[in-house]
Amino acid sequence: MALLEVKNLKTYFFTRNGVVKSVDGTSFSIEKGEILGIVGESGAGKSITGFSILGLIDPPGEIVEGEINFDGRDLVKLSQEELQKIRGDEISMIFQDPQTSLNPVITIGEQLMEAILYHKKGVSKKDAYNTCVEILKTVGLPAAQKRMKSYPHQLSGGMKQRVVIAMALLNNPKLLIADEPTTALDVTIQAQILYLMKKLSKEFHSALILITHDIAVVSQLCDKIAVMYAGRIVEYGKKEDVIFNPLHPYTKGLIECLPKLNDDKKRLYQIPGIMPSLLGLPKGCYFKDRCEFADEQCDVYPPQQEIDKRIVFCHKVK
Amino acid sequence: MSQSEVKLLEVKDIEKIFSVKVGTFEKKDLHALNKVNFNIYKGKTLSLVGESGCGKTTVGKVILGLYQATDGKVIFRDKDIAKLEPSRRGDIQKDIQMIFQDPYSSLNPRKKIKTILEQPLKIHTNLTKKERKETILSLCDDVGIDYSYLERYPHQFSGGQRQRIAIARAMILKPELILADEPISALDVSIQAQILNLMMDLQEKFHSTMLFITHDISVVKHISDYIAVMYLGEIVEYASKQELFKEPKHPYTKMLFSTVPDIHTPLATESVLKTGEIQSPIDLPKGCFFQNRCIYKEDSCTMSHPELVDSGNQHLVRCPIVLKQQTID
Repeated sequence: MALLEVKNLKTYFFTRNGVVKSVDGTSFSIEKGEILGIVGESGAGKSITGFSILGLIDPPGEIVEGEINFDGRDLVKLSQEELQKIRGDEISMIFQDPQTSLNPVITIGEQLMEAILYHKKGVSKKDAYNTCVEILKTVGLPAAQKRMKSYPHQLSGGMKQRVVIAMALLNNPKLLIADEPTTALDVTIQAQILYLMKKLSKEFHSALILITHDIAVVSQLCDKIAVMYAGRIVEYGKKEDVIFNPLHPYTKGLIECLPKLNDDKKRLYQIPGIMPSLLGLPKGCYFKDRCEFADEQCDVYPPQQEIDKRIVFCHKVK
Repeated sequence: MSQSEVKLLEVKDIEKIFSVKVGTFEKKDLHALNKVNFNIYKGKTLSLVGESGCGKTTVGKVILGLYQATDGKVIFRDKDIAKLEPSRRGDIQKDIQMIFQDPYSSLNPRKKIKTILEQPLKIHTNLTKKERKETILSLCDDVGIDYSYLERYPHQFSGGQRQRIAIARAMILKPELILADEPISALDVSIQAQILNLMMDLQEKFHSTMLFITHDISVVKHISDYIAVMYLGEIVEYASKQELFKEPKHPYTKMLFSTVPDIHTPLATESVLKTGEIQSPIDLPKGCFFQNRCIYKEDSCTMSHPELVDSGNQHLVRCPIVLKQQTID
């Protein structure tokens, strides 16, 4: 059985201007030790998918439908108290911006130890301290003991992100959700952090969901890829299939518009237009206004198809 | 650098030293820029590439006048502007415009787009109200801003549209030099391509010159004519785009290339962890600044600071080890 199975998840936000369907019927699953990448533009609903799994949706948002089966429980039905025990223990999350996800007035050591002391009753402070130093070494932070006494502002962005990763790994979670973990970092540090995440998720045998807008990052790290557009998954399958033989026009566009090092043409390929506002989605396929293949058939939202070992939502793919 | 190219801006040995507090009573020098030299040629694009903390933004700010250089010269139209504040630059100021990284903070949230675009014209030109409006409308066509957007406020737009507005504001005075500081790094990949293409189109149309500042070496290929790679406040490699992409020479440039995520290359291996981080620009090492992260390091690298040397074809490299190997080959 899959470690996590999300079935027809719908997270809506009931705003003054109307209902925003941030996540509108997403389904995917992830096995132990597997890495799933969720790719899409800002506003595509990828972060909200991650927050929904952790139960971090605040009003006016609400999970209106769907199941999130994690290790035999449906997370949607659990109370906040029960979720609190799971968060940071069985499931942990790495947020995008390391500058804001650490408390600036508490030392790194205290912040790390809190995660252990909260979830593991009966662990002595000394043991917790030792575990924290160990984990800081694992993520490759130099002078780990000295860093335990540091405050976040004394560390660089890359070091802070390592601390955040260490914190997420402390309780050996079964599932790790990383929301744009490297977007705020330089490419050199990004490569280090990505390598580390892949290595650690294999070592700890935990499943990883990587949320990002950069399809190149996803292709280097993930086993499976889900491409999201305007709240819905448009293509979902194994990495090799999706990256090297993309079927949905949006996935094709995303791959095509990446700048390539070994390409001599001057202009870049661009997907025309922008993603429609979730308050004013077009009738039919959400991508039709930006799609070169669209015709009157696309005025109906495409049904789910299984082609070439992956799931794709497009009339034009046969 | 062929003879036909006309220098628009010349940066000569600029140094910028900030004094920072390291203890209650102690201050130390932070060397943000160490003798940086380059020329920008009319109608061409120079890209400055490097990690955060390498001084690339400081270069931009010195040229724009937001910082005054500690030493050195910035020559624009035969005038040294390195130590001039914006208010003392007169006419020159309107010919150098900047596009900032974050379109969410660079546009005043309380002003309509119309007002944001009109402001530079009011300050720097004598156009009548009608002429100003015409200028704005014709630029809107070029940049891809719908006329109806002019009555709206910045918060009503997505990141990509805001960056279009920021570009329009920088272009409205038809500046000779545009400084673009990471103009696409805050945007989605699909929008990045649109903005890069737009910038190239505008440059062609208005024959403007550009200094493009970025940390991502994969995007500079499309937009640059020349590329300067910076590390800890100095240029470590300088070459034309073709030269640099054909054969990156400095170990740091090679490292930058190896860490670019690409769908056709697998994730970097264990060795990537050895590449470490950029060091603090306080207390710079005696020898080569890059020595701690360099895989080709030799004993001599800790002894003396290397110079920027031409290795042929105007390809400048600051690494004696690379040059030595080249002569052996």
